[in-house]
Amino acid sequence: MMRWVTFAAAAAALIGSLATAPARAQGEHVALPKLAWSFAGPFGTFDRAAAQRGFQVYNEVCSACHQLRHAYYRDLTGIGLSAEQVAAIAASKSISDIGDDGAPIERPGLASDHFKSPYANDLAARAAQNGALPPDLSLMVKARDGGADYLYALLTGYSEAPAKMKMGDGMNYNKYFEGSQIAMVPPLSEGRVTYADGTPSSVNQMAKDVVTFLAFISEPETEQRKALGVRIVLFFVLMTGITYAVKRKVWADVDH
Amino acid sequence: MAGLHKSEFTNPVINWVDSRLPVFTMMQKEYGVFPTPKNFNYFWNFGALAMVTLMIMIATGIFLAMNYTAHTSMAFDSVQRIMRDVNYGWLIRYVHSNGASMFFLVTYIHIFRGLYYGSYKAPRELLWILGVVILLIMMATAFFGYVLPWGQMSYWGATVITNLFSAIPVVGEPIVTWLWGGFSVANPTLNRFFALHYLLPFVLIGIVFLHIAALHVTGSNNPLGIDVKGPQDTLPFHPYYTIKDSVGLCVFLAIFAAFVFFAPNFFGAADNEIPANPMVTPAEIVPEWYLLPFYAILRSVPSKLGGVLMMFGSIGLLFIVPWLDTSPVRSCKFRPVYRWFLALLVIACIVLGMVGAHRPEGIWVILGRVGTAYYFLHFLVILPVLGKLERPLPLPESISKPVLRGGGPLPAGAAAKPMEKA
Amino acid sequence: MAEPMTATAHGSHGGDEVTKRDFLKLVAGAGAAVGAGAMAWPLIDSMNPSKDVLALSSIDVELKSIQPGQAITTMWRGKPVFVRHRTAEEIKAARAEVKGLADPATDQDRVKPGKDEWLVVVGICTHLGCVPVGNKPTDQRGEYGGWFCPCHGSQYDTSGRVRHGPAPANLPIPPYAFLTDTKIKIG
Repeated sequence: MMRWVTFAAAAAALIGSLATAPARAQGEHVALPKLAWSFAGPFGTFDRAAAQRGFQVYNEVCSACHQLRHAYYRDLTGIGLSAEQVAAIAASKSISDIGDDGAPIERPGLASDHFKSPYANDLAARAAQNGALPPDLSLMVKARDGGADYLYALLTGYSEAPAKMKMGDGMNYNKYFEGSQIAMVPPLSEGRVTYADGTPSSVNQMAKDVVTFLAFISEPETEQRKALGVRIVLFFVLMTGITYAVKRKVWADVDH
Repeated sequence: MAGLHKSEFTNPVINWVDSRLPVFTMMQKEYGVFPTPKNFNYFWNFGALAMVTLMIMIATGIFLAMNYTAHTSMAFDSVQRIMRDVNYGWLIRYVHSNGASMFFLVTYIHIFRGLYYGSYKAPRELLWILGVVILLIMMATAFFGYVLPWGQMSYWGATVITNLFSAIPVVGEPIVTWLWGGFSVANPTLNRFFALHYLLPFVLIGIVFLHIAALHVTGSNNPLGIDVKGPQDTLPFHPYYTIKDSVGLCVFLAIFAAFVFFAPNFFGAADNEIPANPMVTPAEIVPEWYLLPFYAILRSVPSKLGGVLMMFGSIGLLFIVPWLDTSPVRSCKFRPVYRWFLALLVIACIVLGMVGAHRPEGIWVILGRVGTAYYFLHFLVILPVLGKLERPLPLPESISKPVLRGGGPLPAGAAAKPMEKA
Repeated sequence: MAEPMTATAHGSHGGDEVTKRDFLKLVAGAGAAVGAGAMAWPLIDSMNPSKDVLALSSIDVELKSIQPGQAITTMWRGKPVFVRHRTAEEIKAARAEVKGLADPATDQDRVKPGKDEWLVVVGICTHLGCVPVGNKPTDQRGEYGGWFCPCHGSQYDTSGRVRHGPAPANLPIPPYAFLTDTKIKIG
């Protein structure tokens, strides 16, 4: 029995050591505020209203510089917009295309179009942004340690630089950013957007909403995944019980 | 028709096939009535679990390959298309990526089982060696696979690992250039890594077949580490172990599914969600968890060539373990001293894993060196020397004896009740 | 139990035990079968058209530039679609009563009501999948003035119906609708 315990402890320690692995890259970051996200946990779903407000923030603020290169307008049905609303949003964008005569044209967007990029390419983006490249946001929640909490902290973490800190030209102080200096100017300010549903657009509210939207766009499969997961895990737990019962029956005759 | 096999199957179709190609007789012999020691505990599930995981990896991998594009300008986007647009693409990819971690998890437990119960000792040396070959191929396959999504970790992992070969004197640089098919990790590299990633699992199947064939020549080891004396010590594989493996399989799949559906990126790195950029190295490059101990050994040696040699040596060492162990008994149940050293080895591996995940600074440098030193000390000194010094506990006469006598010649508690308490 | 353990050790308990065990085995077997099926489905479904493919499954076609007697080829779901602006004679030929059609259909059923001059068909021969010729003025159109398949000589009339050759069916009509008088949406 002793040995069994040792084994179990060793196995547990092994698994435990894995748990430390993803935490490794956090480094010396400032501790992030933890928010209660609607999409957190095994049963979490996206707060539709927040995600829609978040899309408005992206659309009116972020999209001036940041792309959502892996997302399509049609993906917006996932945050509760109807096909007509999505078509209208897409149609309000002017998409560059090639006409029937081979000449470049601008046409209204379709639901099947990728989100319009603010710049023709990365070089154009850098040229317009003082050499800094505004990163693509379509995977942003997955692409940073801390995920949604980190993005929220970053969006709300601007402040005056400490007196002794030497700030680079055109840089802004943000204690959550690696190195504390970020090229992005504070994107959100009180009342920056006017929400249709009357929600007061404080900086914290807008940050929370846009992060909810970005969390959705990073993993549009989330809700389907979790719903399926509950059933699959329950199935295997049930099967464990059944196979164990069969095993007991089969082994009942064996003296072991 | 002297060559026709005398099939005992009554179904005429099966009989017809079996007489000409006795696959059914073989299955019956190897997986049906195959005499298997009756005292396995649940650690003997892990070989079957690894086998099932390999099948899951191949099945999901084939369907991923149908949607993946092995080109530097399209690989990352094609993976995102799988995640977003392909029906159940996210599921297939998450099963595949988490499956790699699950595969190594069950394989490492399987290896540890072999070390604890002395499954590598005569006459099972070749069985063990084939297992080490499987581990090596798994590592190569996992490495190639990790490069395919073409994220930052993919790119820089490929760069760092291929650069290991540059440590080889004289021919090192040409070898690295050859591996890359250019002067940096680029499209030719990605293309060949995809080809190899697709090829190696099938090589793996071949080696696994040999691994099982060798197992069925010698027969399985068992928790007591003593030889089977006769039919009273064994059970037919089916239904006794098919059902026991099924129990373990269901538990395993429940855990596997919990990761896939509720924490699919638990084993992943955030940096790999950023497309590869040959101009910017991420702040920290860390391999997947299952390679961390070896990565730690690499970094613990303050010499490029030395580190590479030690790292490959740490795996190469496993090939000669059957001859390093001089103990007359197999199972650690009867090795009161060695089992503690084996526990130390496990701790060393875990510590090395943690070292591999941290920047080589301060305490981690020291821990890395101590862990590395112990790893080699364990296999090269403790294993051969202790086998001669240690006095093993008295062995039971046979597998079924202690059960019959309710204790027999064993010290109370050691094996009177087989540890498996189903 | 000192005797050898073999599969024949089954049934040393009473009949009830055996029944219960068999029932459990049945449940476990059924569960395994359901599980295997459920695991296979995502793999199979992944080969069906993905969302990005389905999103592109309708196209708009501008008709203004197609003169009477002309036809254009456009691409829908990766397949050629013929849009033909029929002349009065061609409509008349299509409406004439014909006996012994391989795939009986009236021309009225193959066009939209009130849009007799526009014929929209998938341009794939129903024989073995070649693309018939007949859209360009220089193309051979066969005896019936429609399309001619160069692979095995099937001939279609001005309604896209097969009139001669090995093709078993008429050229299929894709789902389409008139958005305006000069614009259709296919798909």
